[in-house]
Amino acid sequence: MPADILEKSEQPVVKTQAIGKTSKHDSAIKHVSGTATYIDDIAEPHGTLHVAPGYTKTAVCGRIISVNLEAVRAAPGVIAVLEAKDIPGTNDCSPSLGDDPVLTDDQIAFHGQLIFLVVAQTRQQARKAAILAQIEVAAEKPLITVQDALSASQTVLPDYEFRRGSPETVIKNAAIKVDFKSNLGGQEHFYLEGQTALAIRGEDDNMLIYSSTQHPSEVQHTVAKVLGLDEAAVTVEVRRMGGGFGGKESQANQWAALAALAAHVTGHPCKCRLDRDDDMILTGKRHDFEIQMQAGCDASGKVQGVKIDLNARCGHSADLSLGINDRAMFHADNSYFYPDVCISSKRLKTNTVSNTAFRGFGGPQGMFAAERLMDAISITLGKDPLDIRKANFYRSGANTTPYGQSVEEHTLLAKLVNQLEDTAGYRNRRKEIDTFNAKNSVLKKGIALTPVKFGISFTLTHLNQAGALVHLYRDGSVHLNHGGTEMGQGLYQKTAQIAATEMGVSLPKVKITATNTSKVPNTSPTAASSGTDLNGMAVATACCEIVGRLKTFAAKYFDVREEEIDLSNDQLLIAGNPRVSIRELAQLAYENRVHLSSAGFYKTPKITWDRENIKGRPFHYFAYGASCSEVIIDTLTGEMKVERVDILHDAGNSLNPALDIGQIEGGFVQGMGWLTTEELWFDEAGRLRTHAPSTYKIPTATDVPEIFNVSLYESSGNPEETIYRSKAVGEPPLMLPISVFCAITDAVASLRKGVVPELDAPATPEAILRAVKYIKQDRED
Amino acid sequence: MRTAIRFLRKGKMVELDQFEPTTTLLDYLRLEERAMGTKEGCGEGDCGACTIALGRLRNGRLVYEPVNSCILLLGQIDGCELVTVEDLAGPDGLHPVQQALVELHGSQCGFCTPGFVMSLFTLYHSRRPGLTRQDVTTWIAGNLCRCTGYRLIVDAALEACRKDLNDIFYLRAAETTARLEALHDTRDVFIGTNDKFFCAPESFQSLLEIYAEHPDATLVSGATDVGLWITKHLKELPKVIYLGRVNGLSTCYNDEKGIRLGAAASYALAESYLKTIDPDLENALTRIGSRQVRASGTIGGNIANGSPIGDMPPMLIALGAEIELQSIRGRRTLPLESFFIDYGKQEIAENEVLTSIHIPHLARQDHFRAYKITKRFDQDISAVMAAFCISLKDGRVQRARLAFGGMAGIPKRASTAEKALLGVSLDDPLSWQAALNAMETDFTPLSDMRASGTYRRDVARGLLKKALIEISENTSVNTRVQGQREQLAGGAHAC
Repeated sequence: MPADILEKSEQPVVKTQAIGKTSKHDSAIKHVSGTATYIDDIAEPHGTLHVAPGYTKTAVCGRIISVNLEAVRAAPGVIAVLEAKDIPGTNDCSPSLGDDPVLTDDQIAFHGQLIFLVVAQTRQQARKAAILAQIEVAAEKPLITVQDALSASQTVLPDYEFRRGSPETVIKNAAIKVDFKSNLGGQEHFYLEGQTALAIRGEDDNMLIYSSTQHPSEVQHTVAKVLGLDEAAVTVEVRRMGGGFGGKESQANQWAALAALAAHVTGHPCKCRLDRDDDMILTGKRHDFEIQMQAGCDASGKVQGVKIDLNARCGHSADLSLGINDRAMFHADNSYFYPDVCISSKRLKTNTVSNTAFRGFGGPQGMFAAERLMDAISITLGKDPLDIRKANFYRSGANTTPYGQSVEEHTLLAKLVNQLEDTAGYRNRRKEIDTFNAKNSVLKKGIALTPVKFGISFTLTHLNQAGALVHLYRDGSVHLNHGGTEMGQGLYQKTAQIAATEMGVSLPKVKITATNTSKVPNTSPTAASSGTDLNGMAVATACCEIVGRLKTFAAKYFDVREEEIDLSNDQLLIAGNPRVSIRELAQLAYENRVHLSSAGFYKTPKITWDRENIKGRPFHYFAYGASCSEVIIDTLTGEMKVERVDILHDAGNSLNPALDIGQIEGGFVQGMGWLTTEELWFDEAGRLRTHAPSTYKIPTATDVPEIFNVSLYESSGNPEETIYRSKAVGEPPLMLPISVFCAITDAVASLRKGVVPELDAPATPEAILRAVKYIKQDRED
Repeated sequence: MRTAIRFLRKGKMVELDQFEPTTTLLDYLRLEERAMGTKEGCGEGDCGACTIALGRLRNGRLVYEPVNSCILLLGQIDGCELVTVEDLAGPDGLHPVQQALVELHGSQCGFCTPGFVMSLFTLYHSRRPGLTRQDVTTWIAGNLCRCTGYRLIVDAALEACRKDLNDIFYLRAAETTARLEALHDTRDVFIGTNDKFFCAPESFQSLLEIYAEHPDATLVSGATDVGLWITKHLKELPKVIYLGRVNGLSTCYNDEKGIRLGAAASYALAESYLKTIDPDLENALTRIGSRQVRASGTIGGNIANGSPIGDMPPMLIALGAEIELQSIRGRRTLPLESFFIDYGKQEIAENEVLTSIHIPHLARQDHFRAYKITKRFDQDISAVMAAFCISLKDGRVQRARLAFGGMAGIPKRASTAEKALLGVSLDDPLSWQAALNAMETDFTPLSDMRASGTYRRDVARGLLKKALIEISENTSVNTRVQGQREQLAGGAHAC
């Protein structure tokens, strides 16, 4: 049946009634009316109790000597206080290696590690009780920074390396050499809806969990494991999240486990909704990196050899660090051909919260390294960075990545970048900026145009599968379900558009339903930008199955050939003429005992990845984009403003341009925050101190440039056989604002020709002023 | 004495005579009313997801202001109209701001959306002619969205708010005004017992008396700070005295001696007086907290809480402001700078209430400059707040008041630099050096999550230099990445 879908997509642009058109988010009206239901908005069952996590506010690392919970137990409203010993199953909520205890009873491995949980009648009572615990810890010296872990040689996973040729020799003999280090900070997800789970114990100890999660199957697996239940006894449902961004991929497990444990013990429905500060202290973030780079190039700036060390702070456990660091390596080339190359990765173990998935999944950090390299070469040579970038693009005969996959669409990248260079007026503005900088001593401007090439597919190949469940009811309405979750990206709307198109019904006939592990089992997380690629295809497959049955039935019933039958606009058409409505057709089919429900399944074709031997094709295809940013900085204070941004992004044949533009703009601003204002700051003891929006600053409306031109690239469609030849768009735009960082670099570099600014990310006013001070060293104030 | 609070809700009067003194408005909405449209994002008034609108009479006119319900005490809405996201749609469908957000794809995950809807509802009712993009972004700077990148929300705001007013609130404004007038009375409000109460005195004398009787009570003006003691520090505050109803305590006026601000005047109320002083003051005001915070927070609160990082004290100290304190024993005035003794220690006696702030007019030879240094331009607590008042005579510095926040345990003047600046010629940048260098001796700032001590010192020096350049060149166009004085002089930000 997928072949049937793909046939349609042979056409350059597929525009059926629901596809390729802008339609609003399925929940838009509910969002603005306050009627969209999030986990905490679900009417609480009678007798619902509330769970608060318990941890020590001071300890960062050490052995627990004593835990005194008397005062907690005696606090008003407290029903139960539970510890590790109360867990009936396995005390673990990790996504893979079994190294994340739900509650610890011996060692504190990071600040915020949970020791107990409080169950009380109200959430406020639970929170107030939780801070009354007296916990003694024999403090040990924690490893906090990348440097700490490097010196102690502590890792959570083995090192890994891609190598081609002998970059060391090539760099040694190169005409031009660059050698530098970059510090790149992590990032808090700051989903607006914090982590929340509601657990309801049913008969036979069955558990129903409402969880704000990107990965319901893993919450199901975790709850079953922790309670010692069969997975079949646990059902997890999520209608929507108030934002995810990767922060609810593995990180939703623990709170669901706490709520489930509390419900299991008390018999009451139990809800765990984290306070924002707890959420930010207790859950993982984007990995921060220290990047070491050495490269050699010829006099024209063409790279000959590159050596990149990616040292990542993973935190106290592995979590998803394997895939994240692999993806950083997969993207340390971005769009550039490195003839001789070595990309090495260390996954460092520290006494900090375990870092986790975040939009881009390591890719942004790798790509950042590549763009820093291009800047360093350009500044060293005194050439325009855009020329150096273009000279190093993947091209014919130089299109094999360091991990062996070919870059097939390299001409698209060059075309896209050229088009943006033109529409953004890059060359003219470069001249204007030079003039401005020559005239101004306090303020300096900078501009940069950077590309994005992002690999689409889970690099853990088996995750590239999805399921759907579609029912046609007798009134012609369609019940749509699949394994993907809605976190704002518009997946539900896109899959509804696909279902409507495939079933030949109008959009309002398609009823979107909450993701539920009992409808579609064994699902992959909604992650890796793959939501629509995978689930959309599974939905199409399920719909085609039902449509096939309807056509077979109708051909017989109306005595026509199947090829003459079409379903469109809520009608059954025979030879193009409406015959019966979908309602009548469904009723007839039912009466004639036609099965009107189908599961659909999809697995991504063509991909293979042999990690051990570094061989294969990890990615189905690449998504491309480019952005051009202009900034102005204040050399007295380090303050910075983004003055203009132009973006051109390739979404293939866009399924819904409005939703795709929304992803691009939102991703850009989120990535801009990561590289500018969002700073995770740890105190000397190793405690995160920016754990609330008062101290951790994500972009607000005034940070978005007034001139913000965003366009979709006029694509001839994804060359790969994706759903209607679209391209994934969730993560790639997050990397577009690397151009903002490079523009700041450009502005600082204008202060002294030939010196590469030592600018750390995030480029806060302080980081910018530090770079300014460094570059002005030995010069007068 | 009145023993219940009263407010308008969905066209009806609600009376509540039993609630905990520290119940937040958000908890009332979500846990009592079970109205789930209003969301909790952060519980500290920094994300705006819980924004609701309060309708109040300002000089007899009905004004809707956005507030963060997560840190507003329920008792504070006495005498207001409470409007939440559920109330906006009328018989003809969605409210114009809701409709525009839907049509222009202004929501993704939707969790922040009710807060944006309510902020935009208040913008819609603010009737600002010639609404610009920047007006909108500044208005919604207290609403965080992590999904959309804001552009589409701003487009929707412009679309809806440039239209003529036409919603149910506008149509029934006269009726609402009359009903709010009827709610206004001169009785003191007291709910609870002598051990645990929410008290909102109306008369100034009652305030002094009840505070004398309960010196352990917590005085609350806007609750933008005290709210966090409740939601974050989980403090028990059994006795709450709310200042917002006290007759005369929010009164502001401008006369020949200067500007007088009642201590309980919100930023929103005080703004129109303060911005007449200098464009930099106006500029700083748009960046203190958010519109929600400024609708609740008060100038008096910013002083009385004694914070070393409040933005108003350095500006007021540079301007030479005095404050008035009053208790049942009498009243006294003192220069604002002597109020701050040490970190956590202020010149205020038991039972004393800060009642007003007096700011003298700037003289013609006075040049005022204020700079707020933050990681994020809007709604961010300052790493350094600098305010300078430099008086010139024949191009030379005759007097200088250089006040800083974030550089010490209290808002503090750079006394060595002030001296070093005396007699310095603006035309001779080399002569500025001694004053710039003096910053090193004047301050030993701390390192924390907002900035390192080194940066704070570097930036303090940079800001003084910037001010001197700006005053000597008489422009800020070439010295600021944004917030130029020239932008404001045109009144683009007039509220």
